[in-house]
Amino acid sequence: MLAAASTKVVASEDVGPYRLVRVQRSGCDPGVPGQFFMLEAPGRLLPRPFSVCLATQAELAFLVDPIGPGTSAIAALEAGDPLRLLGPLGHGYRLDVRRPLLVGGGIGIAPLPYLSESLGRPPAVLGFRSAWHAAAAALVPNAEVVIDPVLVTDALADRGDADVLACGPEPMLHAVARLSPRAQLAWEAPMACGYGACFGCVVEIDGRLKRLCLEGPVLAAERVS
Amino acid sequence: VILNASGCLDALAAPDVARSLDAFVTKTVTPLPRDGNQPVRIAETDVGMLNTIGLANPGIDAFLAETLPRLAGIGVPLWVSVGGWAAEDYARSCEQLDERDEVEAIELNVSCPNVAAPHESAWEIVSAARRATAKPLYAKLSPAVPDIAEVARASADAGADGLSLVNTIRGLALDPRGLTPVLSTGAGGLSGPALRPIALAAVYACSRAVELPIVGMGGVASGRDALELIAVGASAVALGTVLFTDPGAAVRIRAELAAAVAGRGVENVVDMRGIAHGERRSAVGERVENSLLGVGGKTVD
Repeated sequence: MLAAASTKVVASEDVGPYRLVRVQRSGCDPGVPGQFFMLEAPGRLLPRPFSVCLATQAELAFLVDPIGPGTSAIAALEAGDPLRLLGPLGHGYRLDVRRPLLVGGGIGIAPLPYLSESLGRPPAVLGFRSAWHAAAAALVPNAEVVIDPVLVTDALADRGDADVLACGPEPMLHAVARLSPRAQLAWEAPMACGYGACFGCVVEIDGRLKRLCLEGPVLAAERVS
Repeated sequence: VILNASGCLDALAAPDVARSLDAFVTKTVTPLPRDGNQPVRIAETDVGMLNTIGLANPGIDAFLAETLPRLAGIGVPLWVSVGGWAAEDYARSCEQLDERDEVEAIELNVSCPNVAAPHESAWEIVSAARRATAKPLYAKLSPAVPDIAEVARASADAGADGLSLVNTIRGLALDPRGLTPVLSTGAGGLSGPALRPIALAAVYACSRAVELPIVGMGGVASGRDALELIAVGASAVALGTVLFTDPGAAVRIRAELAAAVAGRGVENVVDMRGIAHGERRSAVGERVENSLLGVGGKTVD
C-alpha cells in the first residue's frame, strides 16, 4: 500500500543558495533517477515534490531551493528532525542510453547527481544564473559549467549525437528539445499529492492535459509541445 | 463509515488507497468529456488549499464503457458522482447509471465552485434524477448559500436519500510577487482545515432540518475531526485534502476514531451520532456524561 515513511534528517548543508537535505533512508527504495518523493513541509498543509539528488545505502538527499514557505520550511530542517516522505513516485529517466549527456539548469540539476552515478559519471553541461548558484555544480561529476548570459544550449551545439537527459526551467527544456528531439526531459508542476489523486499537476502531454506525476516527471521530448 | 470526497482520489491510480475506504466516490462525471481547467490548478494557503480542476473527466459514455468496469475490478463499493448544467443532464446520466449493478449509489454534484453552476435548483435536479433511478441518491451541497438547511429540505422533498456536506467554498490566492491570482481561473475551491468549521455548521443545521443520512466532509484530518462531524449528525465521513498529504489517512483516521469513541466509554460510534444536539443528548448522552465526569474511568481530552 502507498504509505508515507517516517525518517530523520541526518544533515542539512548549504550548497550556494540551495540546501542539500540528507535523510536516513529508513528502508525506502530510492527508485530510478528522475523519480521523486513528496516531502512533508513542517507547518504547511501540503507536502512538496523533490527528485532524489543522491542515494546511498544509508541516505537519501534532496536539493532544496527555498523560494516559498514550504521549501523554506524543508530547508530549515536540522539534523535529528523527523520527516515524513512518500515515494518513489512517477517515472524517471530511461537508463538504456549509449552516449549520455546530462543537461541541467539551476535547481534543475537536482536529479543529476544520482543520475550521473547510475550512468557511470557521463559528461554534463550545467547552467546557472550566477557563480554563487553554480556552487551546486560540485554535486555533479564531469560537469562543464556555464553562467548566464551563456546558456547550456550554447554548449550543446556540437553534440548532436548525444543522448540528452535534462532537467531545468521550462524555457531551457523547450530549447533543449529543439536541439535534441530524442532528449529525455524532467518537468515540474505544482503538485498536492504526487500520486494522481489531486489532478493539480497537469501539463499538456501528447496534446492533452495529463497528470505529470503519473506520466512523468521525465518525458520524451516529443511528448510535450 | 469512511469514504473519499469526490475528486480527491483516483482509484485506478491508487487502488490500495481506494480499498482502504468503505466506499469509493468517483470524480464527477459530466455528459461530455472535459479536459478540465488550464494550469495552474492548485495553490496552498495558510489555512487550506485551493483547486480549480474544472471537472476533468472522460464523459459519461466513456466512463460507463471503460472506467466503470475497471473500477468495479478494484473490489470496493462504488458511488458515482454526477455533474451537469441542467436537470436533464443529471437525469440522463442517472438513467444510464441505473442499469449498472456496479454502482451502489449516485452523488449529485450540484455545487462545484469551478464551473458554471447549473441554472436549475437543487430541487429540480434531484427531482429529475429521482425519476431516472432507483439507486440511492445523495445530493452534494455547497455551504455558500444563505440557508443550507432550506436546500437540504428541498433535496429531501425532491426524493434524495441522503446528503453529502459540504463541497468546497470559493477562495482566491495571490502570487506574493506580482499580486496576481495564482490559479488560472482566479478563484478556486477552498478545502482543508479552513473548511472544517463550515462543514460542522452545515451538518449541524441540516441534521436538524431533515432525517436523511449525511456524509460529512470538509477538512477532516484526524479521528477527532471525524468524531465531531458525527457528533453534529453525520452518519459517514469523507476524506479530501488529507488524502493528498497522507494516502494512509483512512486507516489512521478509522483507528483514531475508534480510540476516541472507546476513550469516552462508548461502545459504538453510532451512539455518538448527533450528540451535539441537545435533544439527542437525552437519549444517548447519559453514559457519555458519566464518562466525561470520570465515572467510566477514562479521561477525555
